[in-house]
Amino acid sequence: MYVESKKGKTRELWRFHGGLHLPERKALSLQHPLQYATLPDRLILPLQQHIGIPAQPMVSPGEHVLKGQMIASSPAPVTSPIHASTSGTVVEVGEHFIPHPSGLTDICIVIEPDGEDRWADLPEPITDFHSADARSLRQRIRDAGIVGMGGATFPAAIKLNPGKPIQTLIINGAECEPYITCDDRLMRDFSERVMNGARILQYMLQSEECLIAIEDNKSEAILAMFEALRDEENIEVVRIPTIYPSGGEKQLIRILTGREVPTSGLPAQVGVICHNVATAAAIADAVLEGKPLISRLVTLTGEGLSKPGNYETPLGILASDLIAQAGGYQGRPQQLIMGGPMMGFDLTTDQVPITKGANCLLCPTAEEIPRPEPARACIRCGRCADVCPANLLPQQMYWYSKAKDLEKVQDYNLFDCIECGCCSHVCPSHIPLVQYYRYAKAESWAQEQERRESERAKQRHDFRVSRLKRLEAERKAKLRKKKEALKNKPPAKKAQVSKEGDDKDAKQAVIEAAMKRAAEKKAKQQLAPKNIENLTAAQQAQIEAVDKRRMATNQEKQRKPEQPD
Amino acid sequence: MEFHTLSSPHTKRVNRVDKVMLQVVLALIPGITAMIFYFGWGVLINVVLACLSAVAFEAMVIRLRKRPVMPVLFDLSAIVTALLFAVAIPPLLPWWLVVMGMAFAIIMVKQMYGGLGYNPFNPAMAAYVLLLISYPVEMTSWMPPYLLAEHQLTLSQILAFKLSGILPGELTLDAITMATPLDQMRTNLDLNQMISEIRLSPLWGDFGGLGWEWIGNWFLMGGIWMVYKRTITWQIPLAFLTGLVSMATIFWLFDAESFPFPLFHVFSGGVILGAFFIATDPVTACTTRAGQLIYGAAIGVLVYLIRTWGGYPDAVAFAVLLMNMAAPTIDYYTRPRTYGHGEVKSE
Repeated sequence: MYVESKKGKTRELWRFHGGLHLPERKALSLQHPLQYATLPDRLILPLQQHIGIPAQPMVSPGEHVLKGQMIASSPAPVTSPIHASTSGTVVEVGEHFIPHPSGLTDICIVIEPDGEDRWADLPEPITDFHSADARSLRQRIRDAGIVGMGGATFPAAIKLNPGKPIQTLIINGAECEPYITCDDRLMRDFSERVMNGARILQYMLQSEECLIAIEDNKSEAILAMFEALRDEENIEVVRIPTIYPSGGEKQLIRILTGREVPTSGLPAQVGVICHNVATAAAIADAVLEGKPLISRLVTLTGEGLSKPGNYETPLGILASDLIAQAGGYQGRPQQLIMGGPMMGFDLTTDQVPITKGANCLLCPTAEEIPRPEPARACIRCGRCADVCPANLLPQQMYWYSKAKDLEKVQDYNLFDCIECGCCSHVCPSHIPLVQYYRYAKAESWAQEQERRESERAKQRHDFRVSRLKRLEAERKAKLRKKKEALKNKPPAKKAQVSKEGDDKDAKQAVIEAAMKRAAEKKAKQQLAPKNIENLTAAQQAQIEAVDKRRMATNQEKQRKPEQPD
Repeated sequence: MEFHTLSSPHTKRVNRVDKVMLQVVLALIPGITAMIFYFGWGVLINVVLACLSAVAFEAMVIRLRKRPVMPVLFDLSAIVTALLFAVAIPPLLPWWLVVMGMAFAIIMVKQMYGGLGYNPFNPAMAAYVLLLISYPVEMTSWMPPYLLAEHQLTLSQILAFKLSGILPGELTLDAITMATPLDQMRTNLDLNQMISEIRLSPLWGDFGGLGWEWIGNWFLMGGIWMVYKRTITWQIPLAFLTGLVSMATIFWLFDAESFPFPLFHVFSGGVILGAFFIATDPVTACTTRAGQLIYGAAIGVLVYLIRTWGGYPDAVAFAVLLMNMAAPTIDYYTRPRTYGHGEVKSE
């Protein structure tokens, strides 16, 4: 398939296996223009809003902070700092609910805004980024706390240091999940920021080409990006077919380049780096304006919300506050999903803050997304395999996950599953397949961890055994040396004899005593009867007869002296 | 506000097992209607009897297994098994054999292995084979299609025969039964007759037996509808028919007087029914698409081999059961190339 990607230029596209055409439901949140969330009473900023090591707080309760001020960071290589979304007072550093599937709490910095929204001193804008070196740009991006904003939240700066030549830079504007429209909105309203981000990224990676991929159901975004493109040399806007999950990194790479990221490998291995459009825009802000990542576009949608739409939202605002600003709930909302319907996770409560990876809050009614019926038995129809974008055999993986046969389920490439949810969606038996794979993955990790630990324990044990052996050998060698030394001494001793006469006498006495003991022992041994084993009956009888005689004689000898009485 | 949590994806599911089964039932209706038209009320009685006993046995076992009965009955899988069995057996089969067949299919072949989704063998075909081996006379006593029948039996006469084995007046079983076209062809070929000679009999239609081939057409319609609705995949039926037709073509080209025309094989016996409704049973067939091609083709080849050189005139049930055994192995060796593994084609 070929599409026009810029004036007078067409590109070949490839297909990935499977995929789904889902009801888009994107109009729901696109009916209103972009809105700006107002500052709430307090902002809650989790120390970990990224994949990697959590940041460490740099502020303490009572301290006043300014907008854009770094309030947490870490020297670890894979991490990302946190910045204050507005000016105000730090009131607490403590446990709060975080948006995580576990529904658990984590350490957060709580800021009470002072309402002034006063900026801190920002780093100098690098408007002429072409003359900056990639290293300083990377540092800028790292310091700005930018992470993958499509939901993966991997620190962006690390992906910009691939250590391999990159042919293709992909800016991911596919936004294939139903309901979500924040990237669409971003490209429509801020196409310039996205394009600047693309320019910076392309300069940093020195890639041959830069492709901005957008699904063909977002014509307005495509148009806006085309306009922002102007006469850019190596950047193209590629209209890709709407099919879920085209926005998955691996799938998008396949669509645009025909290449596949090797299993458990990175896109850079096939000469590709992929960044989300929102990440690109944040990078443009950081480089060109010096602004750190303190706000993002969030889609509020679902029929359970009275005013769905896209909101430019300061990070740290509670979902409940944001929803209240957007008119609150309506009907009977049953679920609150962070992310889209296919890959998002359910929140247990709306008392969680908006973080860097929060692209969407979906609040459907029970009619809109009904609870799935109880699962039935798998009839092996294979529809799951037909739609699997990784070309796996979900029904076999389900079978082995259920049987807890972790080895077998890994043999069926469990870890190539991207948990996109296509298989569960089409399953006629309504089996929560993805849940089984998550379970199998978690179990496999746990098992691997255990295996590694036992391996380590074994190594430690082996080391201890070898150490003891070595010590023993050393001890023996020492002894041997000493003995040899003793053996070699006698000639020297003779010379000393005259000098140490007393010593010699003492030694002589000991030796004599020992010799005496030995002689006594020898005599004893000679006295004891010999060759008394394995005798025939006749010999035994003979011996007994002899003994008797001897005893009788002895008794007579003993009696004799008494005779005179 | 507090919410309940579920695992993603959060969508309205698009498919249901009972919908799939219902589609199979609907697709069977034209063929069953045609069978009733050509072979009379016996077929309908078989259908009703098989359905009732299948549901009864299923309910009984599910209760014994202390599981909720209703969801299982409403997945309609027992009905599908019953229908496939009912259209495979002769219309005059005594009632107790029908019930026995269903008891074996539902209790032994399906539920004892764990019920729907767990049975390694196609229940309807296993029951058919059990009866064919145990009661060969009853299982091969087919009536002629009404176009050829000298004696038309009424509904009550058929009922009476099926319930008690009593025929009206001086009629004997021989008078009202007739060899199936496949049987006829086989017997006459064994007598060293030429096919042109054999086909002089009024028993024959265009390709297969008179009447029989039309039943095949109606089942074909239902089958194509199922492929269109994606109830079944095209791989198994196509491979099945291709396997059979290629074998038949080779031998027919070799000697057209000793080996029947390929389409004779397609439109005789249970081939169309087998290709679209029986071999495609997802539980017992291969699940990988490549595996389905192998599975289907192997059934087609086996049908030809058994029909031509084996001990039975038709062979769909045997071929399907044989390949049921091979399905897991075929699946294992036809796993698709997962994304990111091995060579990428487009490069």
